[in-house]
Amino acid sequence: MTEQIAAPAGLDAESAEWPRALAGTGPEREEALARLHALLVRIARGEVARRFPRLQLSGPELDDLAYQAAADALVAITSKLGQFRGESRFTTWAYKFVILEVSAKIGRHFWRHPGVRLDAEDWERLPDRFGFDPAQQAEWRDLLAALHRAVDQELTARQRRVFVAIVLNNVPLDTLVIELGCNRNAIYQTLFDARRKLRAALAADGYIDDDGWRRS
Amino acid sequence: MNGWSALDRFLRTDPRDVGCAQAMEMLHIYAELAGDGAPVEERYPGVAAHLRACGPCGEDFEGLLAAVRGEAG
Repeated sequence: MTEQIAAPAGLDAESAEWPRALAGTGPEREEALARLHALLVRIARGEVARRFPRLQLSGPELDDLAYQAAADALVAITSKLGQFRGESRFTTWAYKFVILEVSAKIGRHFWRHPGVRLDAEDWERLPDRFGFDPAQQAEWRDLLAALHRAVDQELTARQRRVFVAIVLNNVPLDTLVIELGCNRNAIYQTLFDARRKLRAALAADGYIDDDGWRRS
Repeated sequence: MNGWSALDRFLRTDPRDVGCAQAMEMLHIYAELAGDGAPVEERYPGVAAHLRACGPCGEDFEGLLAAVRGEAG
């Protein structure tokens, strides 16, 4: 499914000025680059701090990550100035680059982390992954056995691998993107198709319908 | 959220979901409108469906929204 982007209502003066200054030459361009870099560093630091509670990184590593993200975003922005179409403020468009750089660098960090397991299969973890209460095992045991069967019988090898990594092993999606050498959209679509197949299999077995679980 | 609702949520797919590529393409537009208080979920239901279902894209959206609102740094 695709959605149409609404036509821009008109560029504000600051958003018109940024690309002009950045595409220019001499001291004016240098000054614009320095201002944009400072903005990007501020946004990158804020984003790293926002994600900090979930990251296994120390203070200096976090600051280093923020500076690297800002520098890489600045290069990307200046090389793609022609792609700015005025559909948002220039700064919003520029901030997207640095947010995505922070996101990608965090994905690469997990990839290097020795604790990340991609292919190991421990199906005993499945109840915990979804938060099922061990005390109520009698209620969900058959359902999760059916889910395991559906994973084995309905999914392609690639769908199964993505399911095992993301669901069983809790590998971040962006880390899997790097490991499998593809892009986020491809992994998401693989998991999307797997989810649809698994729901259909559980529905065929009478566990679920459009209204939810059929618990006896 | 208990195991039943978490698994139900995981297995539910929204046919309007535009996927990561288009959601990222439109993220700056969507975040700016959301930051301005516009009804983005009605205007771009496919992007909204994707951001609800995709953890990494949803996280990127929250980060950009915080930046647009001046909450970063």
